[in-house]
Amino acid sequence: MLIDDRMIQGIFFYIFALIAIVSAIMVTVSRNTVHSVFFLILDFVSISCLFIMSGAEFLGMIMLIVYVGAVAVLFLFVVMMLNVAQQENEWFQSKKSKEQNSSHIPVGFLISTIIFFELIVVIGGWKLQPEIFSNLKPEVMLGTTNTHSIGSVLYTDYIHLFQISGMILLVSMIGAIVLTYKKRVGLKRQSYVRQISREKISGVEIVNVDKNKGVKIDV
Amino acid sequence: MSLFYLETLLIETYKIIFLVLPVLTAVALIVWLDRRVWAFVQKRRGPNVVGPFGLLQSLADALKYIFKEIIIPATSNKIIFILAPIVTMTLALIAWAVIPFDENLVLADINVGILYLFAVSSLGVYGIIMGGWASNSKYPFFGSIRSAAQMVSYEVSIGVIIINVLLCVGSLNLTDIVLAQKDMWFILPLFPMFVIFFISALAETNRPPFDLPEAEAELVAGYQTEYSGMMYAMFWLGEYANILLMCALGSILFLGGWLSPIDLYPLNLIPPVMWFIIKMLFLFILFALVKAIVPRYRYDQLMKLGWKMFLPFSLIYVVLTSSFLIYFDLLPKV
Repeated sequence: MLIDDRMIQGIFFYIFALIAIVSAIMVTVSRNTVHSVFFLILDFVSISCLFIMSGAEFLGMIMLIVYVGAVAVLFLFVVMMLNVAQQENEWFQSKKSKEQNSSHIPVGFLISTIIFFELIVVIGGWKLQPEIFSNLKPEVMLGTTNTHSIGSVLYTDYIHLFQISGMILLVSMIGAIVLTYKKRVGLKRQSYVRQISREKISGVEIVNVDKNKGVKIDV
Repeated sequence: MSLFYLETLLIETYKIIFLVLPVLTAVALIVWLDRRVWAFVQKRRGPNVVGPFGLLQSLADALKYIFKEIIIPATSNKIIFILAPIVTMTLALIAWAVIPFDENLVLADINVGILYLFAVSSLGVYGIIMGGWASNSKYPFFGSIRSAAQMVSYEVSIGVIIINVLLCVGSLNLTDIVLAQKDMWFILPLFPMFVIFFISALAETNRPPFDLPEAEAELVAGYQTEYSGMMYAMFWLGEYANILLMCALGSILFLGGWLSPIDLYPLNLIPPVMWFIIKMLFLFILFALVKAIVPRYRYDQLMKLGWKMFLPFSLIYVVLTSSFLIYFDLLPKV
């Protein structure tokens, strides 16, 4: 049997694609929510492998760092904190919320239909008129690594869009902090400045205690 | 044609084995070194019985772990419980693929080497979370939550520090990063960044004074509480391999990798690989000294240090570095 480069690439592509699809299905199917998150991580990893295979090594690595290294960790945090045992089974059948009549299936169905139609429009347009994409394609520097070419496009032609998306993220981050921030009273915080600047004279106080009266400490 | 692929496969396997074996040996040796340095600071002798100077102590420990029974708790999530040490160990070893020991002595000379290292070290948190959650017990879970929050926080400041170095290099390739330091090691212009990198590396690898995930007074042994035998040893090996990796990363980013300090006659007789090992050892002895000297941090102090001091300071240093480079027209040409 003859093996050439394209065939090996094909084998690896199908292996990663199969893992990606199977784990994506398992995310929705598996009963245990923590297992779902682990399958989601597997999905992210195999998709970043696909990115690297198609020569977009920068995107693949960023995918690993951002999604697997940060986003999925937060998912895991939230899911592990929830009481997982109670959550099983209730998601699809919504036994508890039957009186409110709010199953999650209609909303999920609506969203997946919209995504499906969007995919049809994009792929259909690509099949019917291949020249659509050549108009959208930015000028890419050839002969450099793709980190350089992404940087040369992102920080010149699309700098305003890039900065606007950064601002949106910043605003939403501050918004999330403001929404969850509660000022607690009676909290004793450590203040380094106060600790260090304390002197012997102000730190120790000599009190004359009257007989049978005592003294009140800790005001 | 297919013979050619078989041959490449064999050669690559050979290379991988010759990378992994020295790394594992080095891990065993630095565990011994760590304990010795720790003992000497406290005026004890440390492990000195097994072999000359106690060098074979780690081997004896490993043998003990192999022969011990592996206990899997009845209420644990068994698959994830077993996967956790495997994930830790694998991630600690695959990171070594991109470390350049000499100008051409690197297993995979990829364009985005530093991003690969960063990604692998940010994946390292999963071994700990999985171990802590799957144990289905209080203390491991607390330990793993602490550890995950700590590692994610300090990764941010390590990322910003790496940006500082990359601004001076203009490439994400590790070999290029080392070659850019031919005239001057980056520790000189970026000394504050080196200090912050060192402290963040301590926190990233859960070393004292940031070893809160395994604070034995509060949490028994943190995420490792339920582990025994070889599985515990794999966590332990992975941890030390990560420490060694951080030392390697520090010497590549700031201490000029395999380059000798000055290109003069007696110094350039020493082979480049030796320089790299000497620098790693220097950083590791610093790690070990810190363990012996500094008391443990409190958790809120740890978070305050990471988010309120290191992150703003390294961000300001990015602005400083880039304005300096632009003003003096020193930005690397692509």
